[in-house]
Amino acid sequence: MTEHSYLIALLPLLSFLIVVFFLRWKEMLSAVFSIAMILVSWVISIIVLIETLARHGEPYEAYYKFIDLVGFVPEIGILIDPLAAVMLLVVTTVGASVEIYSVGYMHGDPRFSRFFAYLSLFLFSMLGLVLANNFFMIFIFWELVGLTSYLLIGFWFEKVSAADACQKAFITTRIGDLGFLVGLFLIAVYAGTFNYGGVFDSISAGAIPAGIVTLIAIFVFCGAVGKSAQFPLHVWLPDAMEGPTPVSALIHAATMVAAGVYLVARAMTVFVGSAEASLVVAVIGLITSFMAATIALVQNDIKRVLAYSTVSQLGYMMMALGLYGYDSAMGHHSPGFYAGTFHLMTHAFFKGLLFLAAGSIIHAIHTNNIQEMGGLFSKLKLTAPAFIIASLSIAGIFPLSGFWSKDEIVAAASHHPVFLVFTLLIAFMTAFYMFRLCFLTFFGEPRDKEKYEHAHESPKTMTYPLVFLAFLAIFAGWVGLPWLQSGFASFVYHGEPYHPHANWLLMIISTVMAVSGIGLAYLMYYKKSISADRVAEKFKPLYTLLYNKYYFDELYDAVLIRPVLAFGRLMWRFDGSVIDGLVNGTAWATVLWADMKQWFDKWIVDGAVNGSGWIVRQSGNIGRFLQTGRVQSYAFFALLLVVLVSLFKLEVGPQEREAGWPVLTILLAVGIIFLAILSRTIGRQPAGQETKQEEHV
Amino acid sequence: MFYYLALAAALFAIGLFGVLTRRNVIGILMSLELMFNAANINFVAFNKYIATDALVGQMFAIFIVVVAAAEAVVGLAIVLLIYRNWRGIGMDNVNVMKW
Repeated sequence: MTEHSYLIALLPLLSFLIVVFFLRWKEMLSAVFSIAMILVSWVISIIVLIETLARHGEPYEAYYKFIDLVGFVPEIGILIDPLAAVMLLVVTTVGASVEIYSVGYMHGDPRFSRFFAYLSLFLFSMLGLVLANNFFMIFIFWELVGLTSYLLIGFWFEKVSAADACQKAFITTRIGDLGFLVGLFLIAVYAGTFNYGGVFDSISAGAIPAGIVTLIAIFVFCGAVGKSAQFPLHVWLPDAMEGPTPVSALIHAATMVAAGVYLVARAMTVFVGSAEASLVVAVIGLITSFMAATIALVQNDIKRVLAYSTVSQLGYMMMALGLYGYDSAMGHHSPGFYAGTFHLMTHAFFKGLLFLAAGSIIHAIHTNNIQEMGGLFSKLKLTAPAFIIASLSIAGIFPLSGFWSKDEIVAAASHHPVFLVFTLLIAFMTAFYMFRLCFLTFFGEPRDKEKYEHAHESPKTMTYPLVFLAFLAIFAGWVGLPWLQSGFASFVYHGEPYHPHANWLLMIISTVMAVSGIGLAYLMYYKKSISADRVAEKFKPLYTLLYNKYYFDELYDAVLIRPVLAFGRLMWRFDGSVIDGLVNGTAWATVLWADMKQWFDKWIVDGAVNGSGWIVRQSGNIGRFLQTGRVQSYAFFALLLVVLVSLFKLEVGPQEREAGWPVLTILLAVGIIFLAILSRTIGRQPAGQETKQEEHV
Repeated sequence: MFYYLALAAALFAIGLFGVLTRRNVIGILMSLELMFNAANINFVAFNKYIATDALVGQMFAIFIVVVAAAEAVVGLAIVLLIYRNWRGIGMDNVNVMKW
């Protein structure tokens, strides 16, 4: 089946095409078709994973040449190695759950079918990204993911905030993509190929200068910063919550933001080649993680808390990967790579579950504000336990899946004291804000009675995926138990397989951190023995700073957007005055010139034409009197001519006669005109007689 | 020979004057006959003094007499038509060729 794994990506594309072109008006059918396709993809990815396991992780690669340029051949192909196989399964699992969930969540939406088409396209892009065997192809799918996320975040584009959010997401990630593109150019120039294996080989062999490797790593990481919402490009992700909740689940759990982490994991050899770049990755990851966790502490919108939690967890993964690269470059052995990818997988499941459960809560109570919730546990018998399981998992409580992956990240940070302290602090904050959510939402007195009365459990299409994902949120981490000899770590690895060993001290410390976070949340929001308001009052400046998300949006607004707008306005003015002036001036000059030509045409050309007509007419007026109509006068003219010619012939000799013709002609003309004038005066009389005669008749 | 030619020229001039000035169509025709005859006299005179042995001049004169007779016939027919159309034979009336 591995050789047909391209089907995993192509089936959602097929579903997109079919739904868009044929099933657009049949809502249920389009949903069923999309779900069927993603389920088939899911089954194929399970088979592919099993086959990859059977091959002991031996990579499978197949490609054909896309464009055959001399010495440089971009390829289209697939690469199935353990990392890709695991990611495929994660993406299809979360994707299928989200699609099934959407049937209930999006019920009654006027663009129901389109939603499924977009979801399918989104999954196609993400699966293609995972399957790609070279940097060229991953970039294509990378941009496709960006496009589809834009479509999905802005799905309810009637809402101004959603329309703004999708643009913000698109433009912000584009900044990172620019860096990625520069990295690709560097790869193309220095490695001469885009193929992963080729690039990695030339880096390992030292064919590329160390400085360039660092540059490539940093630029590629730029792309990951944009997509995975790392500091300082994290601002788009919380705003992306304006999209429908299933979209948030998909973007945050398994696809878009995971793409950045996947890219860093994929290009790990590049990062191992440069300790500096790896350190940058680790530091950025840590800053992101810490910053997002602190912001999440004080937010009141349930989806925003989850969004910042995602940013924080992604920072975690980045940090683990960066530390791995740093340690490996320094020649140490580190669990970082395995920890990062492992956490990517477990996080996909429990974060997907969190978002879908949050969607279910919002569906039930029609508000995002946790201050208006409370006491919902009794109302949401299925959603609430699912949400709490996911919260326990993300907080890192034994033995849920989050515990194992987070523990490995802590282990990866354990050799770097600064990182270790902050990692533990973040673990504490994570537990705190997640259980702040849980306590405010499900326990205590309902703070909005009316909304509480109307709350109801969601339909089965929404709750079943929750149950399924809750199952995964508990057990998915068990594939990476430190006691397993052939667990996750010996399957997905970079370089040498890492053999984890249970570090009891770290386990206990991280559990203590998580439990104390939950305990603090319990005291503040359940028992109310510590007043949350008083704490906020006491640290007022800090609280305001966090509540406003470190003023990042305002900062970007002041530093970037306003100058750009001002510049735009300046250009507009320039356009309005100078450019338009030029254009209008040209038009004015043309009109003036045309007027001049018209005058010339009217008076000179027409004058010449009419003048010649006038001359002919006047000469005709004179000449017509020659036509008296009387034969006798004609005969008289003939006689005169004969006389003239004979006179002329008699008077001059043959020599002068030649030269005399013009004179004779002029003479004749003068004579004819004379005769005409003469006959005009003569001709009047007969005309008068004529009328008299007619009177007689 | 001068006298012959002078007579012919006088006759021709008289005929020409008649053609140009007569208002009666019959008069014009008669003046035309005068001009023919002036030409005849010239032919005969030239024949006698220049080409004595040949009879070309006389022959031509006789032809002209014949042609003049035919011409007179056509002319008189036209005169008849003019008379029918205008109820008169004054040449002043016949100005339909005017513009």
